[in-house]
Amino acid sequence: MTAPAPPRVVIVGAGPAGIRAAQTLVAAGLAPVVIDEGARAGGQIYRRPPEGFTRPPETLYGPEAPKARDLHAVFDRMVAAGQLHHHPRSSVLAVAGGELHVQSDAGGSRIGYDRLILATGATDRLAPVPGWQNPGVFSLGGVQIALKAQGVALGRRMVLAGSGPLLTLVAAQLLKAGGTVAAVLDTAPLGGQLAAWAGLAARPGLALRGLAMRARLGRLYHAGVSLDRIEADERGPVAIRWRDASGRPRETACDMVGLGWHLRAETHLADLAGCRFAYDETWAQWLPMADRMGRAGNGVYLAGDGLRILGADGAELAGRLAAAACLADLGLPAPDPRADLRRLARLERFARGIARAFPWPADMVRALPDEAVVCRCEGITAGALGDTVEYGGPEANRAKSLGRVGMGRCQGRYCQLAAAELIAARTGDTAARDVGRLRGQAPVRPLLVGAWEKTP
Amino acid sequence: MSGGQGSPAAGGRVVRLAETGRRPVTFFLDGRECVALAGDTVLTAILASTPAVRRSDFGPEGRAGFCLMGACQDCWVWPEQGPRLRSCSTPVAEGMRLLTTPPGDWP
Repeated sequence: MTAPAPPRVVIVGAGPAGIRAAQTLVAAGLAPVVIDEGARAGGQIYRRPPEGFTRPPETLYGPEAPKARDLHAVFDRMVAAGQLHHHPRSSVLAVAGGELHVQSDAGGSRIGYDRLILATGATDRLAPVPGWQNPGVFSLGGVQIALKAQGVALGRRMVLAGSGPLLTLVAAQLLKAGGTVAAVLDTAPLGGQLAAWAGLAARPGLALRGLAMRARLGRLYHAGVSLDRIEADERGPVAIRWRDASGRPRETACDMVGLGWHLRAETHLADLAGCRFAYDETWAQWLPMADRMGRAGNGVYLAGDGLRILGADGAELAGRLAAAACLADLGLPAPDPRADLRRLARLERFARGIARAFPWPADMVRALPDEAVVCRCEGITAGALGDTVEYGGPEANRAKSLGRVGMGRCQGRYCQLAAAELIAARTGDTAARDVGRLRGQAPVRPLLVGAWEKTP
Repeated sequence: MSGGQGSPAAGGRVVRLAETGRRPVTFFLDGRECVALAGDTVLTAILASTPAVRRSDFGPEGRAGFCLMGACQDCWVWPEQGPRLRSCSTPVAEGMRLLTTPPGDWP
Protein backbone atom coordinates (compact mmCIF):
# COMPACT_ATOMS: atom_id res chain seq x y z
CA MET A 1 0.00 0.00 0.00
CA THR A 2 1.42 3.40 -0.93
CA ALA A 3 1.12 6.48 1.24
CA PRO A 4 -0.87 9.35 -0.23
CA ALA A 5 1.26 11.89 -2.08
CA PRO A 6 2.34 14.71 0.22
CA PRO A 7 0.54 17.99 -0.43
CA ARG A 8 2.31 20.30 -2.86
CA VAL A 9 2.82 23.66 -1.11
CA VAL A 10 4.44 26.43 -3.12
CA ILE A 11 5.78 29.66 -1.61
CA VAL A 12 6.40 32.66 -3.86
CA GLY A 13 9.02 34.98 -2.41
CA ALA A 14 12.02 34.31 -0.18
CA GLY A 15 12.04 37.40 1.99
CA PRO A 16 11.33 37.32 5.74
CA ALA A 17 7.75 36.08 5.21
CA GLY A 18 8.61 33.39 2.68
CA ILE A 19 11.56 32.11 4.70
CA ARG A 20 9.55 31.80 7.93
CA ALA A 21 6.69 30.15 6.06
CA ALA A 22 9.12 27.63 4.58
CA GLN A 23 10.70 26.98 7.97
CA THR A 24 7.29 26.31 9.54
CA LEU A 25 6.32 23.88 6.78
CA VAL A 26 9.66 22.08 6.90
CA ALA A 27 9.34 21.71 10.67
CA ALA A 28 6.02 19.95 10.02
CA GLY A 29 7.70 17.53 7.62
CA LEU A 30 6.66 19.09 4.29
CA ALA A 31 9.09 19.95 1.51
CA PRO A 32 7.78 23.17 -0.01
CA VAL A 33 8.78 24.68 -3.33
CA VAL A 34 10.15 28.22 -2.91
CA ILE A 35 10.21 30.42 -6.03
CA ASP A 36 12.08 33.70 -5.76
CA GLU A 37 13.38 36.37 -8.12
CA GLY A 38 16.51 36.94 -6.04
CA ALA A 39 19.74 35.10 -6.72
CA ARG A 40 20.04 34.49 -2.95
CA ALA A 41 17.20 34.32 -0.44
CA GLY A 42 16.63 37.29 1.85
CA GLY A 43 14.17 39.55 0.06
CA GLN A 44 14.80 43.25 -0.35
CA ILE A 45 15.36 44.61 3.15
CA TYR A 46 17.64 41.69 4.03
CA ARG A 47 19.00 41.42 0.52
CA ARG A 48 22.39 39.78 0.28
CA PRO A 49 25.20 41.03 -1.96
CA PRO A 50 26.59 38.62 -4.57
CA GLU A 51 29.09 35.96 -3.50
CA GLY A 52 32.54 37.41 -2.91
CA PHE A 53 31.44 40.67 -1.29
CA THR A 54 33.01 41.20 2.10
CA ARG A 55 31.01 43.69 4.22
CA PRO A 56 29.57 41.90 7.27
CA PRO A 57 25.82 41.94 8.03
CA GLU A 58 26.46 44.52 10.76
CA THR A 59 27.57 46.97 8.06
CA LEU A 60 24.76 46.03 5.66
CA TYR A 61 21.81 45.82 8.04
CA GLY A 62 22.87 47.80 11.12
CA PRO A 63 20.96 46.88 14.28
CA GLU A 64 18.86 44.38 12.29
CA ALA A 65 21.93 42.29 11.44
CA PRO A 66 21.12 39.42 13.85
CA LYS A 67 17.69 39.01 12.24
CA ALA A 68 19.20 39.03 8.77
CA ARG A 69 21.89 36.51 9.75
CA ASP A 70 19.30 34.19 11.25
CA LEU A 71 16.94 34.32 8.26
CA HIS A 72 19.76 33.70 5.78
CA ALA A 73 21.17 30.85 7.87
CA VAL A 74 17.76 29.20 8.37
CA PHE A 75 17.10 29.24 4.65
CA ASP A 76 20.56 28.08 3.62
CA ARG A 77 20.38 25.18 6.07
CA MET A 78 17.05 24.02 4.64
CA VAL A 79 18.45 24.17 1.10
CA ALA A 80 21.63 22.32 2.09
CA ALA A 81 19.59 19.61 3.82
CA GLY A 82 17.37 19.16 0.79
CA GLN A 83 14.31 20.07 2.86
CA LEU A 84 12.84 22.37 0.22
CA HIS A 85 13.04 22.99 -3.50
CA HIS A 86 14.52 26.44 -4.15
CA HIS A 87 14.02 28.13 -7.51
CA PRO A 88 16.15 31.29 -7.40
CA ARG A 89 16.22 33.89 -10.20
CA SER A 90 12.73 32.76 -11.19
CA SER A 91 9.65 34.90 -11.82
CA VAL A 92 6.08 33.68 -11.47
CA LEU A 93 4.31 35.21 -14.45
CA ALA A 94 0.82 33.80 -14.06
CA VAL A 95 -1.45 31.75 -11.82
CA ALA A 96 -4.07 29.66 -13.57
CA GLY A 97 -5.77 26.30 -13.08
CA GLY A 98 -3.76 25.34 -10.01
CA GLU A 99 -0.47 26.01 -11.74
CA LEU A 100 2.16 28.71 -11.63
CA HIS A 101 3.80 29.74 -14.89
CA VAL A 102 7.43 30.36 -14.03
CA GLN A 103 10.18 31.97 -16.07
CA SER A 104 13.84 31.45 -15.25
CA ASP A 105 17.16 31.59 -17.07
CA ALA A 106 16.46 28.05 -18.25
CA GLY A 107 13.15 28.99 -19.87
CA GLY A 108 9.52 28.57 -18.90
CA SER A 109 7.98 25.90 -16.72
CA ARG A 110 4.75 25.12 -14.92
CA ILE A 111 4.60 24.23 -11.26
CA GLY A 112 1.39 22.79 -9.82
CA TYR A 113 0.26 23.41 -6.26
CA ASP A 114 -2.32 22.26 -3.77
CA ARG A 115 -1.70 25.23 -1.48
CA LEU A 116 -0.09 28.53 -2.45
CA ILE A 117 1.59 30.97 -0.06
CA LEU A 118 2.21 34.35 -1.66
CA ALA A 119 4.93 36.37 0.07
CA THR A 120 5.58 38.82 -2.74
CA GLY A 121 6.51 41.83 -0.62
CA ALA A 122 6.26 45.42 -1.71
CA THR A 123 7.85 48.06 -3.86
CA ASP A 124 8.32 51.72 -3.09
CA ARG A 125 5.11 53.73 -3.39
CA LEU A 126 5.78 56.50 -5.87
CA ALA A 127 4.26 59.88 -6.52
CA PRO A 128 5.30 61.68 -9.70
CA VAL A 129 7.41 64.81 -9.43
CA PRO A 130 7.80 66.82 -12.65
CA GLY A 131 11.08 65.69 -14.19
CA TRP A 132 11.12 62.27 -12.50
CA GLN A 133 11.44 60.52 -15.86
CA ASN A 134 15.05 61.64 -16.19
CA PRO A 135 18.01 59.28 -15.79
CA GLY A 136 19.39 59.55 -12.29
CA VAL A 137 16.00 59.60 -10.54
CA PHE A 138 15.54 56.34 -8.63
CA SER A 139 13.20 54.84 -6.08
CA LEU A 140 14.45 55.08 -2.48
CA GLY A 141 14.49 51.30 -2.29
CA GLY A 142 16.63 51.24 -5.42
CA VAL A 143 19.09 53.68 -3.85
CA GLN A 144 19.31 51.41 -0.82
CA ILE A 145 19.77 48.27 -2.92
CA ALA A 146 22.61 49.93 -4.82
CA LEU A 147 24.40 50.63 -1.57
CA LYS A 148 23.63 47.33 0.13
CA ALA A 149 24.02 44.86 -2.72
CA GLN A 150 26.59 46.70 -4.86
CA GLY A 151 28.43 49.04 -2.50
CA VAL A 152 27.73 52.09 -4.66
CA ALA A 153 26.05 55.47 -4.41
CA LEU A 154 24.05 56.37 -7.50
CA GLY A 155 25.24 59.99 -7.44
CA ARG A 156 27.92 62.32 -6.19
CA ARG A 157 25.47 64.74 -4.60
CA MET A 158 22.19 63.09 -3.72
CA VAL A 159 18.79 64.39 -2.67
CA LEU A 160 16.33 61.98 -1.06
CA ALA A 161 12.69 63.03 -1.12
CA GLY A 162 9.31 61.61 -0.23
CA SER A 163 8.23 60.25 3.13
CA GLY A 164 8.28 57.14 5.27
CA PRO A 165 10.77 55.18 7.36
CA LEU A 166 13.01 54.42 4.38
CA LEU A 167 13.66 58.12 3.72
CA THR A 168 15.56 58.66 6.96
CA LEU A 169 17.11 55.21 6.94
CA VAL A 170 18.58 55.42 3.43
CA ALA A 171 19.93 58.91 4.12
CA ALA A 172 21.62 57.73 7.30
CA GLN A 173 23.06 54.65 5.56
CA LEU A 174 24.45 56.70 2.67
CA LEU A 175 26.09 59.20 5.00
CA LYS A 176 27.59 56.44 7.11
CA ALA A 177 29.01 54.77 3.99
CA GLY A 178 30.66 58.02 2.89
CA GLY A 179 28.13 59.27 0.36
CA THR A 180 27.25 62.95 -0.06
CA VAL A 181 23.62 63.78 0.70
CA ALA A 182 22.59 67.36 -0.13
CA ALA A 183 19.10 67.30 1.39
CA VAL A 184 16.44 64.98 2.83
CA LEU A 185 13.03 66.36 1.87
CA ASP A 186 10.04 64.92 3.75
CA THR A 187 6.57 65.86 2.50
CA ALA A 188 5.05 64.82 5.85
CA PRO A 189 4.49 67.81 8.14
CA LEU A 190 6.00 67.60 11.62
CA GLY A 191 2.60 68.18 13.23
CA GLY A 192 1.15 65.07 11.63
CA GLN A 193 4.18 63.05 12.62
CA LEU A 194 3.66 64.05 16.26
CA ALA A 195 -0.07 63.35 16.11
CA ALA A 196 0.68 59.76 15.09
CA TRP A 197 2.80 59.17 18.19
CA ALA A 198 0.09 57.12 19.90
CA GLY A 199 0.45 54.42 17.25
CA LEU A 200 4.23 54.67 17.14
CA ALA A 201 4.39 54.13 20.91
CA ALA A 202 3.44 50.48 20.26
CA ARG A 203 7.14 50.01 19.47
CA PRO A 204 8.85 52.78 21.44
CA GLY A 205 12.38 51.46 20.89
CA LEU A 206 12.03 51.44 17.13
CA ALA A 207 10.34 54.85 17.10
CA LEU A 208 13.15 56.36 19.18
CA ARG A 209 15.77 54.79 16.97
CA GLY A 210 14.12 56.48 13.98
CA LEU A 211 14.09 59.83 15.78
CA ALA A 212 17.75 59.50 16.72
CA MET A 213 18.63 58.71 13.12
CA ARG A 214 16.63 61.74 12.03
CA ALA A 215 18.46 63.93 14.58
CA ARG A 216 21.79 62.87 13.11
CA LEU A 217 20.69 64.18 9.71
CA GLY A 218 20.56 67.62 11.34
CA ARG A 219 20.04 70.48 8.94
CA LEU A 220 19.86 68.19 5.90
CA TYR A 221 16.33 67.14 6.97
CA HIS A 222 13.29 69.27 6.12
CA ALA A 223 9.72 68.28 7.06
CA GLY A 224 6.50 69.46 5.48
CA VAL A 225 8.00 70.30 2.08
CA SER A 226 6.34 70.34 -1.35
CA LEU A 227 8.31 69.11 -4.35
CA ASP A 228 7.94 71.30 -7.46
CA ARG A 229 10.32 70.02 -10.11
CA ILE A 230 13.48 68.06 -10.81
CA GLU A 231 15.63 70.14 -13.17
CA ALA A 232 17.75 67.99 -15.48
CA ASP A 233 20.13 68.12 -18.40
CA GLU A 234 21.21 65.30 -20.74
CA ARG A 235 23.06 63.48 -17.96
CA GLY A 236 20.28 63.70 -15.40
CA PRO A 237 19.29 65.88 -12.44
CA VAL A 238 21.07 69.16 -11.81
CA ALA A 239 18.76 70.49 -9.08
CA ILE A 240 15.46 69.94 -7.31
CA ARG A 241 13.06 72.83 -6.72
CA TRP A 242 10.95 72.58 -3.60
CA ARG A 243 9.09 74.70 -1.07
CA ASP A 244 9.73 74.53 2.63
CA ALA A 245 7.07 74.19 5.33
CA SER A 246 6.38 77.93 5.24
CA GLY A 247 5.97 77.88 1.45
CA ARG A 248 9.28 79.56 0.64
CA PRO A 249 10.76 78.40 -2.71
CA ARG A 250 14.08 76.58 -2.38
CA GLU A 251 16.47 74.91 -4.80
CA THR A 252 19.07 72.28 -4.03
CA ALA A 253 21.77 71.33 -6.52
CA CYS A 254 22.16 67.56 -6.99
CA ASP A 255 22.96 64.91 -9.60
CA MET A 256 20.63 62.20 -8.25
CA VAL A 257 17.18 62.15 -6.69
CA GLY A 258 15.76 59.21 -4.74
CA LEU A 259 11.96 59.24 -4.38
CA GLY A 260 9.54 57.17 -2.33
CA TRP A 261 6.49 57.49 -0.14
CA HIS A 262 6.56 54.40 2.05
CA LEU A 263 5.53 51.14 0.35
CA ARG A 264 3.04 49.73 -2.14
CA ALA A 265 2.02 46.10 -1.67
CA GLU A 266 2.95 43.86 -4.60
CA THR A 267 -0.41 42.21 -5.29
CA HIS A 268 -0.47 41.17 -8.96
CA LEU A 269 -0.25 37.44 -8.19
CA ALA A 270 -2.83 37.63 -5.41
CA ASP A 271 -5.12 39.27 -7.95
CA LEU A 272 -4.54 36.50 -10.52
CA ALA A 273 -5.07 33.87 -7.80
CA GLY A 274 -8.57 35.24 -7.28
CA CYS A 275 -8.13 37.17 -4.03
CA ARG A 276 -10.63 39.89 -3.27
CA PHE A 277 -9.45 43.41 -2.50
CA ALA A 278 -10.51 46.26 -0.22
CA TYR A 279 -9.31 49.83 -0.17
CA ASP A 280 -7.32 50.61 2.95
CA GLU A 281 -7.57 54.25 3.98
CA THR A 282 -4.51 54.16 6.25
CA TRP A 283 -2.13 52.82 3.66
CA ALA A 284 -4.02 54.63 0.86
CA GLN A 285 -4.03 51.66 -1.51
CA TRP A 286 -5.96 48.52 -2.44
CA LEU A 287 -4.92 45.49 -0.42
CA PRO A 288 -5.96 41.85 -0.77
CA MET A 289 -8.36 40.44 1.80
CA ALA A 290 -7.44 37.62 4.14
CA ASP A 291 -8.20 36.54 7.68
CA ARG A 292 -5.74 37.30 10.49
CA MET A 293 -3.77 34.15 9.68
CA GLY A 294 -3.45 35.14 6.03
CA ARG A 295 -6.09 32.79 4.58
CA ALA A 296 -7.43 34.29 1.37
CA GLY A 297 -9.56 31.31 0.29
CA ASN A 298 -9.22 28.67 -2.43
CA GLY A 299 -6.03 27.30 -0.90
CA VAL A 300 -4.26 30.66 -1.18
CA TYR A 301 -2.46 32.25 1.77
CA LEU A 302 -0.91 35.71 1.92
CA ALA A 303 1.95 36.88 4.12
CA GLY A 304 4.16 39.92 4.51
CA ASP A 305 4.05 43.35 2.93
CA GLY A 306 2.02 42.02 0.00
CA LEU A 307 -0.90 41.67 2.44
CA ARG A 308 -0.35 44.22 5.21
CA ILE A 309 2.56 46.65 5.25
CA LEU A 310 4.05 45.82 8.61
CA GLY A 311 7.72 45.70 7.59
CA ALA A 312 10.21 42.89 8.03
CA ASP A 313 9.35 41.93 11.62
CA GLY A 314 5.66 41.70 10.76
CA ALA A 315 6.53 39.70 7.67
CA GLU A 316 8.33 37.06 9.74
CA LEU A 317 5.24 36.67 11.93
CA ALA A 318 2.88 36.65 8.97
CA GLY A 319 4.95 34.00 7.21
CA ARG A 320 4.75 31.70 10.22
CA LEU A 321 1.03 32.34 10.59
CA ALA A 322 0.23 31.68 6.93
CA ALA A 323 2.13 28.40 7.07
CA ALA A 324 0.38 27.45 10.32
CA ALA A 325 -2.99 28.13 8.69
CA CYS A 326 -1.96 26.07 5.69
CA LEU A 327 -0.90 23.14 7.90
CA ALA A 328 -4.12 23.30 9.92
CA ASP A 329 -6.21 23.35 6.72
CA LEU A 330 -4.31 20.29 5.48
CA GLY A 331 -5.23 18.51 8.69
CA LEU A 332 -1.61 18.45 9.85
CA PRO A 333 -0.29 19.42 13.28
CA ALA A 334 0.27 23.18 13.29
CA PRO A 335 2.05 25.46 15.76
CA ASP A 336 -0.13 27.44 18.17
CA PRO A 337 -0.56 30.86 16.54
CA ARG A 338 -1.85 32.83 19.53
CA ALA A 339 1.41 34.48 20.62
CA ASP A 340 2.26 35.45 17.03
CA LEU A 341 -1.24 36.86 16.52
CA ARG A 342 -0.86 39.08 19.59
CA ARG A 343 2.51 40.34 18.39
CA LEU A 344 1.10 40.90 14.92
CA ALA A 345 -1.65 43.11 16.37
CA ARG A 346 0.93 45.24 18.15
CA LEU A 347 3.04 45.58 15.01
CA GLU A 348 -0.05 46.58 13.07
CA ARG A 349 -0.83 49.40 15.55
CA PHE A 350 2.71 50.66 15.01
CA ALA A 351 2.58 50.25 11.24
CA ARG A 352 -0.68 52.16 10.98
CA GLY A 353 0.90 54.89 13.10
CA ILE A 354 3.80 55.03 10.65
CA ALA A 355 1.42 55.21 7.71
CA ARG A 356 -0.45 58.12 9.33
CA ALA A 357 2.78 59.90 10.29
CA PHE A 358 4.15 59.69 6.73
CA PRO A 359 1.07 59.94 4.51
CA TRP A 360 0.60 59.61 0.79
CA PRO A 361 0.92 63.16 -0.65
CA ALA A 362 -2.53 63.29 -2.24
CA ASP A 363 -2.68 67.08 -2.50
CA MET A 364 0.72 67.35 -4.16
CA VAL A 365 -0.29 64.74 -6.74
CA ARG A 366 -3.63 66.43 -7.42
CA ALA A 367 -1.79 69.71 -8.04
CA LEU A 368 0.57 68.22 -10.66
CA PRO A 369 0.84 70.46 -13.75
CA ASP A 370 -0.61 69.08 -17.00
CA GLU A 371 2.85 68.64 -18.54
CA ALA A 372 4.11 66.41 -15.71
CA VAL A 373 4.80 62.81 -16.73
CA VAL A 374 2.64 60.42 -14.70
CA CYS A 375 3.54 57.16 -16.50
CA ARG A 376 7.33 56.92 -16.70
CA CYS A 377 7.18 53.85 -18.96
CA GLU A 378 5.38 55.56 -21.81
CA GLY A 379 5.79 59.24 -21.02
CA ILE A 380 2.08 59.92 -20.51
CA THR A 381 1.35 63.26 -18.89
CA ALA A 382 -1.20 64.33 -16.29
CA GLY A 383 -2.90 66.38 -19.00
CA ALA A 384 -3.21 63.41 -21.36
CA LEU A 385 -4.60 61.27 -18.54
CA GLY A 386 -7.11 64.01 -17.77
CA ASP A 387 -8.24 64.02 -21.41
CA THR A 388 -9.11 60.31 -21.26
CA VAL A 389 -11.23 60.98 -18.18
CA GLU A 390 -13.13 63.64 -20.15
CA TYR A 391 -14.24 61.18 -22.83
CA GLY A 392 -13.88 57.82 -21.08
CA GLY A 393 -15.15 58.51 -17.62
CA PRO A 394 -13.53 58.33 -14.19
CA GLU A 395 -12.58 54.65 -13.94
CA ALA A 396 -9.01 53.37 -13.55
CA ASN A 397 -9.21 50.47 -16.03
CA ARG A 398 -10.93 52.58 -18.69
CA ALA A 399 -8.30 55.29 -18.29
CA LYS A 400 -5.66 52.58 -18.74
CA SER A 401 -7.31 51.21 -21.90
CA LEU A 402 -7.83 54.62 -23.44
CA GLY A 403 -4.78 56.49 -22.20
CA ARG A 404 -2.26 53.70 -21.49
CA VAL A 405 -1.47 54.85 -17.94
CA GLY A 406 -0.74 51.49 -16.30
CA MET A 407 -0.25 49.69 -19.62
CA GLY A 408 3.53 50.04 -19.88
CA ARG A 409 6.48 47.94 -18.81
CA CYS A 410 5.95 48.35 -15.06
CA GLN A 411 2.26 47.41 -15.44
CA GLY A 412 1.08 50.27 -13.28
CA ARG A 413 3.30 49.54 -10.30
CA TYR A 414 4.71 53.06 -10.19
CA CYS A 415 1.87 55.15 -11.64
CA GLN A 416 -1.46 53.63 -10.66
CA LEU A 417 -1.87 55.30 -7.27
CA ALA A 418 -1.04 58.73 -8.64
CA ALA A 419 -3.23 58.11 -11.68
CA ALA A 420 -6.17 57.24 -9.43
CA GLU A 421 -5.61 60.48 -7.53
CA LEU A 422 -5.56 62.51 -10.74
CA ILE A 423 -8.65 60.78 -12.15
CA ALA A 424 -10.48 61.50 -8.89
CA ALA A 425 -9.33 65.13 -8.97
CA ARG A 426 -10.73 65.50 -12.50
CA THR A 427 -14.14 64.35 -11.37
CA GLY A 428 -14.54 66.89 -8.63
CA ASP A 429 -14.64 66.02 -5.00
CA THR A 430 -14.16 62.25 -5.26
CA ALA A 431 -11.61 60.04 -3.53
CA ALA A 432 -8.98 57.83 -5.18
CA ARG A 433 -10.86 54.73 -4.03
CA ASP A 434 -13.91 55.80 -6.07
CA VAL A 435 -12.10 55.37 -9.39
CA GLY A 436 -11.65 51.66 -8.81
CA ARG A 437 -8.72 49.28 -8.76
CA LEU A 438 -6.44 48.53 -11.69
CA ARG A 439 -6.89 44.81 -12.43
CA GLY A 440 -3.73 42.71 -12.52
CA GLN A 441 -3.00 41.03 -15.83
CA ALA A 442 -0.80 38.06 -16.72
CA PRO A 443 2.06 37.94 -17.40
CA VAL A 444 2.93 40.02 -14.34
CA ARG A 445 6.44 40.55 -15.72
CA PRO A 446 7.19 41.19 -19.40
CA LEU A 447 7.65 37.78 -20.98
CA LEU A 448 10.36 36.85 -23.45
CA VAL A 449 8.37 34.75 -25.90
CA GLY A 450 11.55 33.18 -27.26
CA ALA A 451 12.61 32.12 -23.78
CA TRP A 452 9.16 30.73 -23.01
CA GLU A 453 9.29 28.63 -26.16
CA LYS A 454 12.29 26.80 -24.72
CA THR A 455 9.81 25.24 -22.26
CA PRO A 456 10.52 21.52 -22.21
CA MET B 1 27.32 60.10 -31.80
CA SER B 2 27.15 58.79 -28.28
CA GLY B 3 23.37 58.40 -28.26
CA GLY B 4 23.11 61.59 -26.25
CA GLN B 5 24.32 59.98 -23.05
CA GLY B 6 27.14 62.41 -22.49
CA SER B 7 30.62 61.88 -23.76
CA PRO B 8 32.47 58.89 -22.32
CA ALA B 9 34.98 61.30 -20.86
CA ALA B 10 32.21 62.73 -18.71
CA GLY B 11 32.16 59.41 -16.86
CA GLY B 12 29.43 57.52 -15.14
CA ARG B 13 27.12 58.26 -12.25
CA VAL B 14 27.94 55.64 -9.63
CA VAL B 15 30.38 56.31 -6.84
CA ARG B 16 31.95 53.19 -5.42
CA LEU B 17 31.82 53.46 -1.63
CA ALA B 18 32.73 49.89 -0.66
CA GLU B 19 33.73 46.46 -2.00
CA THR B 20 36.33 47.99 -4.33
CA GLY B 21 38.84 45.16 -4.01
CA ARG B 22 37.05 42.92 -6.50
CA ARG B 23 38.56 41.56 -9.71
CA PRO B 24 38.16 43.83 -12.76
CA VAL B 25 35.88 42.62 -15.57
CA THR B 26 36.08 43.92 -19.12
CA PHE B 27 32.94 44.33 -21.21
CA PHE B 28 31.90 46.27 -24.29
CA LEU B 29 29.21 48.94 -24.38
CA ASP B 30 28.16 50.06 -27.87
CA GLY B 31 31.50 48.68 -29.05
CA ARG B 32 33.54 50.63 -26.50
CA GLU B 33 35.66 48.74 -23.99
CA CYS B 34 34.65 49.39 -20.36
CA VAL B 35 35.85 48.04 -17.03
CA ALA B 36 33.61 46.90 -14.17
CA LEU B 37 34.16 44.73 -11.11
CA ALA B 38 33.22 41.06 -10.65
CA GLY B 39 29.87 40.95 -8.87
CA ASP B 40 28.59 44.15 -10.47
CA THR B 41 25.18 43.95 -12.03
CA VAL B 42 25.06 45.00 -15.66
CA LEU B 43 23.33 48.17 -14.41
CA THR B 44 26.13 49.07 -12.00
CA ALA B 45 28.72 48.21 -14.62
CA ILE B 46 27.17 50.49 -17.24
CA LEU B 47 26.42 53.34 -14.84
CA ALA B 48 30.05 53.27 -13.73
CA SER B 49 30.97 54.30 -17.27
CA THR B 50 28.06 56.41 -18.50
CA PRO B 51 25.02 58.17 -16.98
CA ALA B 52 22.24 56.16 -18.69
CA VAL B 53 21.63 52.62 -19.94
CA ARG B 54 19.18 53.32 -22.77
CA ARG B 55 16.88 55.91 -24.33
CA SER B 56 13.24 56.23 -23.31
CA ASP B 57 10.84 54.48 -25.71
CA PHE B 58 8.46 57.43 -25.68
CA GLY B 59 10.45 60.52 -24.72
CA PRO B 60 13.69 62.30 -25.43
CA GLU B 61 15.46 61.44 -22.19
CA GLY B 62 17.90 58.70 -21.30
CA ARG B 63 17.04 56.07 -18.71
CA ALA B 64 19.24 54.71 -15.94
CA GLY B 65 16.96 52.20 -14.20
CA PHE B 66 14.62 53.13 -11.38
CA CYS B 67 13.69 50.43 -8.85
CA LEU B 68 16.74 48.09 -9.00
CA MET B 69 14.50 45.21 -7.85
CA GLY B 70 13.13 43.90 -11.11
CA ALA B 71 9.75 45.59 -10.83
CA CYS B 72 9.92 48.60 -13.17
CA GLN B 73 11.67 47.18 -16.27
CA ASP B 74 13.31 50.56 -16.86
CA CYS B 75 16.83 49.15 -17.18
CA TRP B 76 16.61 46.89 -20.20
CA VAL B 77 19.69 46.68 -22.40
CA TRP B 78 20.47 44.48 -25.35
CA PRO B 79 23.31 42.04 -25.92
CA GLU B 80 24.72 42.21 -29.45
CA GLN B 81 23.33 38.66 -29.82
CA GLY B 82 20.23 37.37 -28.08
CA PRO B 83 17.27 38.69 -26.13
CA ARG B 84 17.21 41.80 -23.96
CA LEU B 85 18.43 41.77 -20.38
CA ARG B 86 17.06 43.35 -17.22
CA SER B 87 20.33 44.95 -16.22
CA CYS B 88 19.58 45.39 -12.49
CA SER B 89 19.26 41.63 -12.03
CA THR B 90 21.87 40.34 -14.47
CA PRO B 91 25.50 39.97 -13.34
CA VAL B 92 28.10 41.42 -15.69
CA ALA B 93 30.38 38.83 -17.28
CA GLU B 94 33.81 39.02 -18.85
CA GLY B 95 33.63 39.93 -22.52
CA MET B 96 29.90 40.78 -22.51
CA ARG B 97 28.96 42.87 -25.56
CA LEU B 98 26.03 45.18 -24.77
CA LEU B 99 24.04 47.82 -26.63
CA THR B 100 22.15 50.78 -25.22
CA THR B 101 19.86 50.82 -28.25
CA PRO B 102 17.86 47.82 -29.46
CA PRO B 103 19.37 45.92 -32.39
CA GLY B 104 17.42 45.96 -35.65
CA ASP B 105 15.45 42.79 -34.89
CA TRP B 106 14.26 43.97 -31.45
CA PRO B 107 13.84 42.34 -28.93
